[in-house]
Amino acid sequence: MDVIAFYVFAAIAVVASLLVIGQRNPMHSVMLLIVSFGALSGLYVLLDAPFTAVTQIIVYAGAIMVLFLFVVMLLNAHTEDEVVPPTLGPHGMKVAVVLSLALAAEAIWAFSRISPTVFSNDPGLTGSISSVARIGAGIFTTHAFAFEVTSVLILVAMVGAVVIARKEA
Amino acid sequence: MLSLNHFLVLSGILFSIGTAGVFLRRNLITILLSIEIMLNAVNLTFVAVGRYLGTVDGQIITFFVMTVAAAEAAVGLALVISLFRHRETLSPDAFTTLRW
Repeated sequence: MDVIAFYVFAAIAVVASLLVIGQRNPMHSVMLLIVSFGALSGLYVLLDAPFTAVTQIIVYAGAIMVLFLFVVMLLNAHTEDEVVPPTLGPHGMKVAVVLSLALAAEAIWAFSRISPTVFSNDPGLTGSISSVARIGAGIFTTHAFAFEVTSVLILVAMVGAVVIARKEA
Repeated sequence: MLSLNHFLVLSGILFSIGTAGVFLRRNLITILLSIEIMLNAVNLTFVAVGRYLGTVDGQIITFFVMTVAAAEAAVGLALVISLFRHRETLSPDAFTTLRW
């Protein structure tokens, strides 16, 4: 059952991601990326991380993708420039495809060879890692400094975005 | 039975798709979307490894990655808007000089 759900969600995520980079219309790309994020959130549920799954939907699909949608609509740029860029050379696209496929083959080879001895598969562990209380305790004790730095980062990003996107007076 | 390798291989495939998007697309918005695909592939790795190690640290790091992704998207999209105002195009090949 778990295995079937994994392959269904994995297939949705991979196909949607491929379509994201295969689209000419950025609007469709954003919509397909939301589909991909939904599938990833299903995978998080399979990994006993329901809180992360919900956060994925609310923060990624809900907030970040809406930001992208706003910009796509604001710029009103519905198609990509058709001209082949001169900087890429005649075989540039082919080289890029070959390099990406090489990276994929390398990652698949390396990741499928990791020995599972270090990692337990004990179902007794999973009850505790899906607990929101433990996640909260971890964030506010062990990772408290990183959490505070995150708030500064958000502030800097907000001010920076406003300054960069401001119309020149 | 699902093993860690299932999730790691899927994450590798998604990361490669994101890399291919950055290489192949000639649209700044799609390039930013490809970066989001890569960040999500890394998130999947964190959650999967955390699950199989039996700690919540993987999920906590995922929240930090999401925060950084939000900050990156905000600043990146502000840059895109600013560049589009100047050149009326989204092709990265229009921005090859450091001159404004």
